[in-house]
Amino acid sequence: MMNALGDPQSLLVLGGSSEIGLATARRLVRGRVEVVHLAGRPSPALDAAAEELRALGAQVHVHEFDATAVDTHETVLGKIFAEGDIDVALLAFGVLGDQERDERDPLAAAAVAKVNYLGAVTASLVCAQALRRQGHGALVVLSSVAGERARRSNFIYGSTKAGLDAFAQGLGDSLHGTGARVMVVRPGFVRTRMTEGLPEAPLATTADAVAEATVAGLRRGAETVWVPGALRFVMSGLRHVPRAVFRRLPV
Amino acid sequence: MTAPRAPCAVSVGGLSVARMEGRLTGWGRTAPTTARLCVPTSTAEARDAVRAAGERGTLARGLGRSYGDAAQNAGGTVLDMTSLARVRALDLEQGLVTCEAGVSLDRLMRLLLPFGWFVPVTPGTRYVTVGGAIGADIHGKNHHVSGSFGHHVTRMRLLTAGGEERELTPGDELFDATTGGMGLTGVILDATIRLLPVATSLMAVDTERAADLDELMQRLEATDHRYRYSVAWIDLVARGAATGRAVLTRGEHATLDMLTPRQALDPLAFRPRSLPAAPRGIPGGLLRTATVGAFNELWFRKAPRERRGQLQRIGAFFHPLDGVPEWNRVYGPGGFLQYQFVVPYGQEAALRSIVEQLSRHGCPSFLAVLKRFGEGGPGWLSFPMPGWTLALDLPASVPGLGPLLDRLDEQVLAAGGRIYLAKDSRMRPRTLAAMYPRLADFRALRERIDPSGVFTSDLARRLAL
Ligand SMILES: Cc1cc2nc3c(=O)[nH]c(=O)nc-3n(C[C@H](O)[C@H](O)[C@H](O)COP(=O)(O)OP(=O)(O)OC[C@H]3O[C@@H](n4cnc5c(N)ncnc54)[C@H](O)[C@@H]3O)c2cc1C
Ligand SMILES: NC(=O)c1ccc[n+]([C@@H]2O[C@H](COP(=O)([O-])OP(=O)(O)OC[C@H]3O[C@@H](n4cnc5c(N)ncnc54)[C@H](OP(=O)(O)O)[C@@H]3O)[C@@H](O)[C@H]2O)c1
Repeated sequence: MMNALGDPQSLLVLGGSSEIGLATARRLVRGRVEVVHLAGRPSPALDAAAEELRALGAQVHVHEFDATAVDTHETVLGKIFAEGDIDVALLAFGVLGDQERDERDPLAAAAVAKVNYLGAVTASLVCAQALRRQGHGALVVLSSVAGERARRSNFIYGSTKAGLDAFAQGLGDSLHGTGARVMVVRPGFVRTRMTEGLPEAPLATTADAVAEATVAGLRRGAETVWVPGALRFVMSGLRHVPRAVFRRLPV
Repeated sequence: MTAPRAPCAVSVGGLSVARMEGRLTGWGRTAPTTARLCVPTSTAEARDAVRAAGERGTLARGLGRSYGDAAQNAGGTVLDMTSLARVRALDLEQGLVTCEAGVSLDRLMRLLLPFGWFVPVTPGTRYVTVGGAIGADIHGKNHHVSGSFGHHVTRMRLLTAGGEERELTPGDELFDATTGGMGLTGVILDATIRLLPVATSLMAVDTERAADLDELMQRLEATDHRYRYSVAWIDLVARGAATGRAVLTRGEHATLDMLTPRQALDPLAFRPRSLPAAPRGIPGGLLRTATVGAFNELWFRKAPRERRGQLQRIGAFFHPLDGVPEWNRVYGPGGFLQYQFVVPYGQEAALRSIVEQLSRHGCPSFLAVLKRFGEGGPGWLSFPMPGWTLALDLPASVPGLGPLLDRLDEQVLAAGGRIYLAKDSRMRPRTLAAMYPRLADFRALRERIDPSGVFTSDLARRLAL
């Protein structure tokens, strides 16, 4: 259960090896979280994440989960929720893709959409249903500023996040009054393996900063969290830049 | 509680089940969760609701005056007991009242005072139900003399997980587990309570100031036994030498000879007045240490250095906050919590250290209440034990509050003390288990009489009760 100060006791990370996911889990385990479920594709990174959290004192369960295997989500996630209440479910899986390649290879583009949007839709719906049954809990969705306004340089990834972001907001509204809620987190450029080797965008931040903002957002019952916070204002400015100008911006 | 109410009598396949969804919190207005609300108006309806409980279980709720999540059951059913509120029998010779669990202490006082009887134990608010008073085994200012509420219950009827009714008397295992059992053993349907005879509805009150914590503890220790009711209010905002400066208010029910001729015309009058409710939509952050400090300063100066035998009304003496309905909104949308612990006698150093840490942290708490407990009762999860108990309200938004209170929990535990479940909203399950030695028995009993976990609550889930 979430306590009076907004500290959860159990956590589910979808995309269990995600750096942002792990940073958030680390922080929450240092708080009240005792039970962590990591759902992801089996890999050394996933095992390492589990080991690290165990060393911090958490009871960690690892579950095989593939975002693209949408027909398995109900079963896989259903089993996790059946083991006990989940106070926070963090949807952290996602792929950046390779814009240039994906423009040339439509199936590669579809693969990005499949993870970031399709997989997120089924997984979120299954989680939301379970949280609604529980009568409490938060689904945290890792969206991105890239979805706020699609850019020439990464509109394939951006559009999947735009879709996900709109979906998550609507899902949050649908949960109003049920005790469950959705919090959308929109980081800018985060230095993780996802962005390794890419030129840094302005206001670049770290996985731990995203984790910190996420935990603080949970505490105050936020619906949207920007990381860093200043991006909220930057993006609200960029939203109104005319197309012809925006196209040429070096963003 | 702002949730809509619905009767339980929606028949599905011959069973009455609840249908309205409601968002519930405790008095502190933190950690809301949603449950189906059901308002049984008869034992039969309560039984049907318990039998129809789904996999998220069910729980009785009184007037929701516990501060945290004790009277919530996320995703399950919550039985609002306040419509099960008939007074069944009144024995004016013996001073015994038998009533349904949803009857409030306010109602009992209005009913009984004209006959010269008073409730045996009253908390700082009259707006609690008999079920809630037993469920939390509440204590009053007279604990050092009279023990907790459960001590005055001569019998009760409990609806258990299978939907059976059990008649219980003190000494029964289930009676002791239910007293302080936070609704987790079943639904208390009705109870018989032994009353206290009084000659008037006024209190004769002695007020004194104490300059600091040491002086306060010394005075309480030396003279508490002379008073039936005793409590001290400590100013936690004052620092340095004034740390722990306090006002003691102690008293007894006034006797007829203490009344003025006019008061003596209607010695048992009881007409508590209330002010308008606290306004809604108060922004957070209104209560800063500075404002609270100014309030506390004023309050301390206003208290007489010493005054004996002042006559006060019951409301003013026992329930000063009941004068402002919904005062809990003053803390704004972030809500607040109450921290209440007890440490055994002999652990005065721990108490002093905790008071200093709270004061140093700069917690904007209006007042903290200090009281000496007498013997503990037989309730397995009952809170009181011989020792010092301190209670204070804190806005949930105080920076660093979580880690501070976690540290204090450890000190309370190390001192052999415990935290009050009816007030808790944030403790760690491990700490709680170490504070209540009979928790293992409690869990085993629930496992036995309620194997499928029909009765549960957010508190139970959070603390693994
Ligand atoms: C201003 C204020 C001052 C207070 N002062 C004191 C004080 O001095 N001393 C003290 O001890 N407490 C004090 N309290 C706390 C209060 O007395 C307890 O929390 C009490 O349990 C509240 O009763 P309720 O009817 O509101 O119960 P709720 O808060 O609704 O429920 C409390 C618990 O009792 C259980 N319960 C309720 N009804 C039943 C039933 N019919 N059958 C089985 N279980 C049931 C619930 O499941 C829950 O676990 C104070 C609270 C406030 C707001
Ligand atoms: N880094 C940034 O700049 C940034 C900015 C804004 C938003 N975000 C979003 O934040 C989230 C976390 O990103 P991150 O920075 O922590 O990157 P990351 O470490 O690369 O994490 C991405 C995670 O997604 C998982 N994943 C990918 N495909 C999957 C699939 N088919 N099934 C299951 N899991 C799959 C990965 O697991 P594998 O180990 O199995 O590949 C990995 O755990 C992502 O949604 C990302 O879009 C990131």
